[in-house]
Amino acid sequence: MSATVVEPGAGVVLQANKVTKAFGGLVAVKEVDLVIPPTSIVSLIGPNGAGKTTFFNVVAGILDPTSGDVTFRGHRVIARPVRAWFEPVVWVLPSVIVGVIAAIVYLATANADATAVVVLGAIGLLIVMFLAAIVRPGWYLRLLTAAGVFRSSRPNDMVKAGMGRTFQNIRLFANMTAQENVQVGMHTKMRANAADALLSTPRARAEERASVTKARDYLALVGLKGRAGELAKNLPYGDQRKLELARALASQPALLLLDEPTAGMNPRETAEMTQLIDRLRRDLGISILLIEHDMKVVMGISDRIYVLDHGELISQGSPQEVRSDPRVIEAYLGKPPT
Amino acid sequence: MTARAGAAPGTNRGGFRAMRDRVSALAAGHRSTTIIVGWIIVATALPLLMLLPPFSTFQNQKLWIDGFANAGVFILLALGLNMVVGFAGLLDLGYAAFYAIGAYTYALAASPTLPWISLHVPFWPMLLVGAAVAAMFGILLGAPTLRLRGDYLAIVTLGFGEIVPAVFLNADKITNGTNGIGGVYKPDLLGYQFTLGNPLPYYIAMVAIIAVVMIFVYRLQDSRLGRAWMAVREDELAAASSGVNTVTTKLLAFALGASTAGLAGVFTAAKLTLVSPDQFSFAVSFTILAMVVLGGMGNVWGVAIGAFILYTIQSVVLKQLNPFFGEKGLNVPFLKDIDFVQYQFLLYGLALVLMMLLRPEGLFPSSRRKRELHTEQDENVGDELGPDPSSTPMEQT
Repeated sequence: MSATVVEPGAGVVLQANKVTKAFGGLVAVKEVDLVIPPTSIVSLIGPNGAGKTTFFNVVAGILDPTSGDVTFRGHRVIARPVRAWFEPVVWVLPSVIVGVIAAIVYLATANADATAVVVLGAIGLLIVMFLAAIVRPGWYLRLLTAAGVFRSSRPNDMVKAGMGRTFQNIRLFANMTAQENVQVGMHTKMRANAADALLSTPRARAEERASVTKARDYLALVGLKGRAGELAKNLPYGDQRKLELARALASQPALLLLDEPTAGMNPRETAEMTQLIDRLRRDLGISILLIEHDMKVVMGISDRIYVLDHGELISQGSPQEVRSDPRVIEAYLGKPPT
Repeated sequence: MTARAGAAPGTNRGGFRAMRDRVSALAAGHRSTTIIVGWIIVATALPLLMLLPPFSTFQNQKLWIDGFANAGVFILLALGLNMVVGFAGLLDLGYAAFYAIGAYTYALAASPTLPWISLHVPFWPMLLVGAAVAAMFGILLGAPTLRLRGDYLAIVTLGFGEIVPAVFLNADKITNGTNGIGGVYKPDLLGYQFTLGNPLPYYIAMVAIIAVVMIFVYRLQDSRLGRAWMAVREDELAAASSGVNTVTTKLLAFALGASTAGLAGVFTAAKLTLVSPDQFSFAVSFTILAMVVLGGMGNVWGVAIGAFILYTIQSVVLKQLNPFFGEKGLNVPFLKDIDFVQYQFLLYGLALVLMMLLRPEGLFPSSRRKRELHTEQDENVGDELGPDPSSTPMEQT
């Protein structure tokens, strides 16, 4: 299958390359290499404070790494910003040029009105560039790439590229119904814009109807059938975790980042969640990066396990290899008495 | 027989309830039609109602209609601010700035008294231009404040709300400064000229504008964008991690909210035929916010009614209280010496304090907001610190 690989990075969903994240003097994640092959479950384990969630946040585009980079589906999406100082220059350069033209016009013709028009043009350009810097349309990004400026993808860009995630402390839209939560998850898959909404175009209405049906399908998939109309905050804890998973699935991700999906669940719910995760990989072909403390879950479904301690990768391999690695045992239980 | 007689009122009530349910289902299914029909009924009933005794004794019908047209401006403003504050959760204390921008846009384009320019652009296209210009400034205000939330955003918008009238005040070569721009052209429609003496055409135009805006607001609320606004209000990071582009979402909230204020501004300029900086003070921003809060943040009809009630109290009831208690009226010894209009903000303040204590969700809460404020005690979902520690497993070393 991998014999016909042509481009480097193909056949790998996500590749983290020496990712480091420091907060001031505290190095939370130190040179972590991690590879997620297609349709595999990769687990990230380690004691509390090992940097697992920080690594997640870097990969998901929430934090910029201090060094290293992340390649996702063949594109280098996350890295330390390069030549970021040049971006403000890109903002003002067009207006400066037009401003110089204004000066030339004034010196050549001494016509105040013509000069005023050109100056107004310069101000307009400045406004356009500022807005482009905020909204970041395609042409603006290409312009930056051409200028050699690199900035990491934002979280919503990562979702668009095919990455879904859940949070360690559940972050649902508490005052929206379960169905609306999932519909927000479909945001990148929907096309209706503000004008469609204002005019209530048939296309937008059809899309809206379809999204309701689909949202209910996702809810049924995670085991929340019939709870579509309930407010997220009124759901029991285990169901909130499931709802968060449904919301992440709604963006049809190629890779799911699950941050402790079974935390706070009882054994029966944990077993259900484990089964569900396994099904997602098997039936939908989604790759999964998992942070988990429940060793039964980790050892049961992982293809490969990475162990972090104090931000450093101390071990990696199949569940069996990691289980018998003395350094892992030491990190979890302390040094054996000698 | 008795059983049937006893059952009859029950079935009648059941029939009534069924009919009411059917009507509300029909209304939900054809919302735009409902809004139009509703406004036609309200707009016809109000002037007729003002011919009846308790109201007709206050002032004549013409003054009432004039007052309603002015109230309509505030209904529009409240509908717009509701999008920013109620839907997207962005607290905007400088909303009157966009109102001012809309008003000055029309005044600059349609007044003969300006020192530097004399244009006469017709009113109706200027409605759209005013909305577009205000929307642009909404984006310009939104752009630098994207990272701010809550209190910090409120302070920045407060500053913006002060800057805009100050600019209009001090740019006196362009805007006539304190004197304002006078003689603004009144609208005309198919050869019919609106006049100051007859408020009815303004009233009808206002109702039409409000109905259209309301339809738009409802459509936005239930769209992909409306959900994104709510998601940003609930949890910005989670929204971004669900694929919502929080930047454009918030900018659109600012832009669409501001454009509604722009409409209101153009209308005001054309109705009063005078625009001056002191019409757009902080008090206006505050009043609109009070209307939104009073009416029920997030509920479209609620904020419209809230705006109507507050405006009527402010501009009609308070003014009528002076003659009412005065020497020609009841001649109450202490109350006849009070100028009630002066106590406008005292009464606002009192109303808001009582409101927050007794009915924090507003007079007509959106069903969502009501649940939000009244189920807080029942929930047990953990907080910022994470889930309830007693429920987390013990493996964590």
